[in-house]
Amino acid sequence: MTQWSGYLGLILQGALVTIELTLMGSVLALIMAFLAGMGRVSRFFILRAIATAYIEFFRGTSIFVQLFWAYFVLPFAGLSLTPLQAGVLALGLNVGAYAAEVVRGAILSVGREQYEACTALNLGRWQGMRHVILPQALLVMLPTFGNNAIELLKATSVVSLISLADLTFQAQVVRSQTGSTLMPFASVLVIYFALALIISWGVRTLERRMARGLDGVRV
Amino acid sequence: MPAPIIKVDAISKSFGAFKVLDGLSMQVMPGEKLALIGPSGSGKTTILRILMTLERIDGGHIQVDGEQLYHMERNGQLLPADERHLARMRQKIGMVFQLFNLFPHKCVMDNVTLAPMLTKGVARAAAEKRAMELLDMVGLADKAKAMPAQLSGGQKQRVAIARALALSPKIMLFDEVTSALDPELVEEVLNVMRKLAAETDMTMLLVTHEMGFAHDFADRVLFFDRGRIVEEGKPDEIFRHPKQERTQSFLKKIIAAGHRV
Ligand SMILES: Nc1ncnc2c1ncn2[C@@H]1O[C@H](COP(=O)(O)OP(=O)(O)O)[C@@H](O)[C@H]1O
Ligand SMILES: [Mg+2]
Repeated sequence: MTQWSGYLGLILQGALVTIELTLMGSVLALIMAFLAGMGRVSRFFILRAIATAYIEFFRGTSIFVQLFWAYFVLPFAGLSLTPLQAGVLALGLNVGAYAAEVVRGAILSVGREQYEACTALNLGRWQGMRHVILPQALLVMLPTFGNNAIELLKATSVVSLISLADLTFQAQVVRSQTGSTLMPFASVLVIYFALALIISWGVRTLERRMARGLDGVRV
Repeated sequence: MPAPIIKVDAISKSFGAFKVLDGLSMQVMPGEKLALIGPSGSGKTTILRILMTLERIDGGHIQVDGEQLYHMERNGQLLPADERHLARMRQKIGMVFQLFNLFPHKCVMDNVTLAPMLTKGVARAAAEKRAMELLDMVGLADKAKAMPAQLSGGQKQRVAIARALALSPKIMLFDEVTSALDPELVEEVLNVMRKLAAETDMTMLLVTHEMGFAHDFADRVLFFDRGRIVEEGKPDEIFRHPKQERTQSFLKKIIAAGHRV
């Protein structure tokens, strides 16, 4: 029994790494999503081109390849990353590319009349974006952002390929050390699922708070 | 005689192949209250939107308050206006829309204070004080903390008027501000406009189908048809003794539809 609790400890350590990857990857993804998503609707051609190139490239190549580049190829360019850094970079850039399209779609979903009200009130482009358009667009983005974050959580397991001791990696370790398959894999199943539930719940709570007052019922 | 505050000189505007305005000219004097009437599709909204810089013109010139709206004078040359020039010109003009266009995520107070704080650097306390005066003027002082979705159409439109006034424009544009309202809510908005007309010397341009209101409110009425001003004059001349056949038939139709003239 004490032996099992030791193994469970290993798995929980892996869970911490997975959580760390998910949080840091999500932050990077969020930053990239806003940069690229707003770049996509910029009036400057060059910004649109850069944003489009980034989005197409990272959606068009697999997360495995991106991770291998971040970890194995970048050192040749003089940039050596720890496995954790490489994992965050690959995950953030990859999911950020998907989320950028969410940002773009949400910005475009805000009605033309809101932009016109901004012009009539003489708000600058950025002022209107920051105070009028983005706050409304954010509400449209949130549910899909929740899905993106869950996708990111599930994708974190690729880092076990570069020997980062995340949840999936630790499950393999425990399996090879104990010969038991059910215990480690059942635990990681439950843990991934619980983490995904927490993300869903968090996003839904955030959504409810932000929607407050918009429909005239909840205040 | 003072100079006109708005001088529209032979402007044209097309949407695709469709020419909405074709060589339109008009002048508005400072403080004048102008009613623009005419059949739907005749270009009334378009001219207001052009003055608010929501649409660009294809040709012609517009002067507002002594300056070119869409052109800048540089070393004696007329160049197309850049965004800076347009932003400076927009300070002179405010607009109220048919569908209010309030910011749904901001309370009434924040709707009114946002632009003065951002575009004029007014401090929050001063902006809120002014907003309360304006909300009081439109009869909504008790709604400062309400969200737009909690308001009736008439209340929303009165907030929109306060919001535009908060920037103290010299010229206010009103585009059918009561036509999206339930009939019983029209009067509360018209009352605010009456008060504005009586208490301020703002220049006001009003597109409306409320002929009775236009008659009482306006110093001058312009009748639009197919992108042109067919007839203009004092309200009594236009409404009681229209000279043009097209004006007569338009007013006849409006009366038949149950509007008071
Ligand atoms: N953005 C646009 N694209 C194409 N056609 C337009 C657009 N805006 C207005 N129009 C057309 O221009 C004409 C004049 O419109 P408008 O100025 O709204 O007329 P009014 O306000 O007098 O009813 C109408 O035929 C309308 O369909
Ligand atoms: Mg119209």
